[in-house]
Amino acid sequence: MQVRAQNIIKRFDGGPGNAALDDVSLDVGSGELVALLGPSGSGKTTLLRVIAGLEQANSGQVFFGDEDASQKSVQERRVGFVFQNYALFKHMTIAENIAFGLEVRTRGTRPPKAEIKRRVLELLDLVQLSGLDKRRPAQLSGGQRQRVALARALAVEPKVLLLDEPFGALDAKVRRDLRRWLREIHDRTGHTTIFVTHDQDEALELADRVAVLSKGKIEQIGTPDDIYDHPATPFVHDFIGEASSLPVVARDGSFWLGAERIGLPVLGGQAGQGRLFVRPQDVVFDQAGGIPAEVVAVRRTGAARRAEIAFPALGGERVEINAPAALNFQPGETLPVRFMRGTFYPG
Amino acid sequence: MLSSLRRPSILPGFGFAFGITLAYLGLIVLLPLSALVLRASGLGVSGLWAIATEPRVLAALKVSFGLALAAATVNAVFGTIVAWVLVRYEFPGRRLLDAAVDLPFALPTAVAGIALASIYAPNGWVGSLVAPLGWKIAFTPLGIAIALVFVGLPFIVRTIQPVLLDLESDVEEAAATLGASRLRTLLQVVLPVLVPAILTGFALAFARGVGEYGSVIFIAGNLPFVSEIAPLLIVVKLEGFDYTGATAIATLMLGAAFLVLLAVNLIQAVARRRLGNV
Amino acid sequence: MSEIILDRQHAPDLGLAAKARAKIRTRRATPVTQDGPWLRAILVTLAAAFLLFFLVLPLVAVFYEALRGGIATYFAALTEPDALSAIQLTLTVAAIAVPMNVLFGIAAAWAIAKFDFKGKSFLVTLIDLPFSVSPVVAGLIYVLLFGAQGLFGPFLQAHHIQVIFAIPGIVLATVFVTFPYVARELIPLMESQGTLDEEVALTLGASGWTTFWRVTLPNIKWALLYGVLLCNARAMGEFGAVSVVSGHIRGYTNTMPLHVEILYNEYNIQAAFAVASLLALLALVTLATKTLLEIYFGENLGGKARRQ
Repeated sequence: MQVRAQNIIKRFDGGPGNAALDDVSLDVGSGELVALLGPSGSGKTTLLRVIAGLEQANSGQVFFGDEDASQKSVQERRVGFVFQNYALFKHMTIAENIAFGLEVRTRGTRPPKAEIKRRVLELLDLVQLSGLDKRRPAQLSGGQRQRVALARALAVEPKVLLLDEPFGALDAKVRRDLRRWLREIHDRTGHTTIFVTHDQDEALELADRVAVLSKGKIEQIGTPDDIYDHPATPFVHDFIGEASSLPVVARDGSFWLGAERIGLPVLGGQAGQGRLFVRPQDVVFDQAGGIPAEVVAVRRTGAARRAEIAFPALGGERVEINAPAALNFQPGETLPVRFMRGTFYPG
Repeated sequence: MLSSLRRPSILPGFGFAFGITLAYLGLIVLLPLSALVLRASGLGVSGLWAIATEPRVLAALKVSFGLALAAATVNAVFGTIVAWVLVRYEFPGRRLLDAAVDLPFALPTAVAGIALASIYAPNGWVGSLVAPLGWKIAFTPLGIAIALVFVGLPFIVRTIQPVLLDLESDVEEAAATLGASRLRTLLQVVLPVLVPAILTGFALAFARGVGEYGSVIFIAGNLPFVSEIAPLLIVVKLEGFDYTGATAIATLMLGAAFLVLLAVNLIQAVARRRLGNV
Repeated sequence: MSEIILDRQHAPDLGLAAKARAKIRTRRATPVTQDGPWLRAILVTLAAAFLLFFLVLPLVAVFYEALRGGIATYFAALTEPDALSAIQLTLTVAAIAVPMNVLFGIAAAWAIAKFDFKGKSFLVTLIDLPFSVSPVVAGLIYVLLFGAQGLFGPFLQAHHIQVIFAIPGIVLATVFVTFPYVARELIPLMESQGTLDEEVALTLGASGWTTFWRVTLPNIKWALLYGVLLCNARAMGEFGAVSVVSGHIRGYTNTMPLHVEILYNEYNIQAAFAVASLLALLALVTLATKTLLEIYFGENLGGKARRQ
């Protein structure tokens, strides 16, 4: 089912101050897996909760398919929601947890007992926890609890699956396994899925599309390739992957770092001051000539080296770049560097 | 010897602190209590039974245990509501009410006793209101129950409050996303988690009620067979130099106190095992 | 190759505003977990009425009855010789019992909260025992131990030492009843604080005592203060246990609560309430201090005891 959030505005203190969500719109196609990525306080969880009906937006609408769900209660929306800390019912067994959403239905719509039981076993099988139905949450590991939480959310046959930092409380190894597993479950069940994360690797690896949020706004939404290769704003550039930035001036078809010309063409008639964002692999040492840079520090990072360089013309501004391990140089040396690629943001 | 009992630590002073604790506990609590047990063991089980089944003793035990049970039940209901309101709602005067809950801990029992007696006496603020209906509160078992509600309330509220504070709201939200109504969520998701705390508070309030003396005797009327509580009967026996009778009743009450403590520990252990820290 | 994108806004900083917003979100009840206005109103009214009726009304009654006959009678009741000697005795008993229990409480909390050993929970249960023992039984056990017919009675009589119906008995009974208060206030707090601070101090070369005075004590001082106040209020107000061991000798073994009882039973109601009002005032000061400490140092003083 398609999910649309339109012009969502959400303020928590009711005042005119910073909005948690400032006119946010998001379209998620049927069967799509979308990540909401951003730092804490960016509004990503709030957006998820507004879609679920756990928060009321101050204005804006939420559509499930063609149906306006904005005025519906959370109970009526029938979303599957997986909470960050799982929120399992500790006093119930695993089977009772999963069955809860079916048991609470009104008499007419509640499946018969045998049917509920069958569904619970089926879901336990889906999340690979068969045989643990009689256990209680306290007896499971973190990763197992996470899977119970997912099974419980899937039991109500939700129109959309919403996950809030689903792997946030797990250690790195379990995280990676569950990530792959969640993708499989999604591909198998075909639910429209939105998940919140602050971990860019998770978002880029798992999602069909990623929405990057900051300060209550969506900075950019696109495929992982789009987001990484063509960041739309300085924030996205900085937040996704590694990046450094330098103050530059666009003038006469070129970028200028102080008095030095950077060999990158200015497109689209840009002019004036701004910042040039570069990734570590975008700047290389080139004995053949370039802009002189002083090596401030060198670190060994696995197969390569990471160098911190400064441009004498600019005082303190520093940039981190990659260098081949074979290139053995010392802090204090001055070497020419060449810019292969960069992104300019005026201002 | 001590070092074999405990896990190693670099902090000093364990032997010293542990020694003081044991010596003090032994001298102040265990030695005197064992004097009671010693004296009671002279009576034997049959001797204890004979005294416990004396009509007046039996009546006093019934009054103390029965009314303590009733008061703890009232407190379990209202104490849960009070704890819920104090933890979950923000309203003017909340801090004041929260502070007031501790009053029975801090107010001397004799002071509470004469105050309750004066309020519920037939010419008191509340007593005079119900007197025209032919109701009498002070100097009846009902008066005793009211005094026991007073002393027991903080036990329930203060046991439930921390559990409610720890209860994450996401569990309630999860129930809502699964389609459960608010009432259903409260009854099937919130209440079961509170049950161990409610039971613990209930047991503590009950134990306190059985042994309560100061706040009760002024309002009780102290009529043998009707409104005479067991602790008062101990005092009466002591004043008549019937040390044996006093010892027997005290032993029964001490046994009950032990049972309650045991029950509390059991409840906590079961709750920890079943609920864990999820 | 370069990419040129029109920028709308400069890169944002993610400082305090974000944190503040996150904090607001976790502190407020979410719409879903919020009870409806009717339910709220009913429950708040019910709880407030219950507390007012059972707790506040008696407190008001104490001061009302105490002042009913006028301020002059009030002070006359407080300054007559028997009242003064009762006040003096109560202060004396508290001055002995409270420091004893403070020392014990700190020692017990240190052993229990900072170390792991076998039988710890049993020890905690024993410390809690006086909460569950009837004060009358507490008095009785000292009579059985030190009374004329008691275990040590003949020995004490032979040496002309009087414990029961005298001040030592009153002190002992008071110590028994107020025994757990300080320990109970400190144990949960010190358990939650762990041993890291102390270990750091020790590795920096501080001695055990220095560590205790300069690291542990400052961490627990407010909980200790409340424990002391509560212990003191109970010590001054103890009635049942003291009643059994005191013998009610006017001007000699009458504490304030016992004096209240005598006056009340003599139908000297206003004088009884006048003396009672002093104890009620003490209770109010205790509770007010606690509330203020909570306002300034957070909801919990770090350790609201599981049971008081």
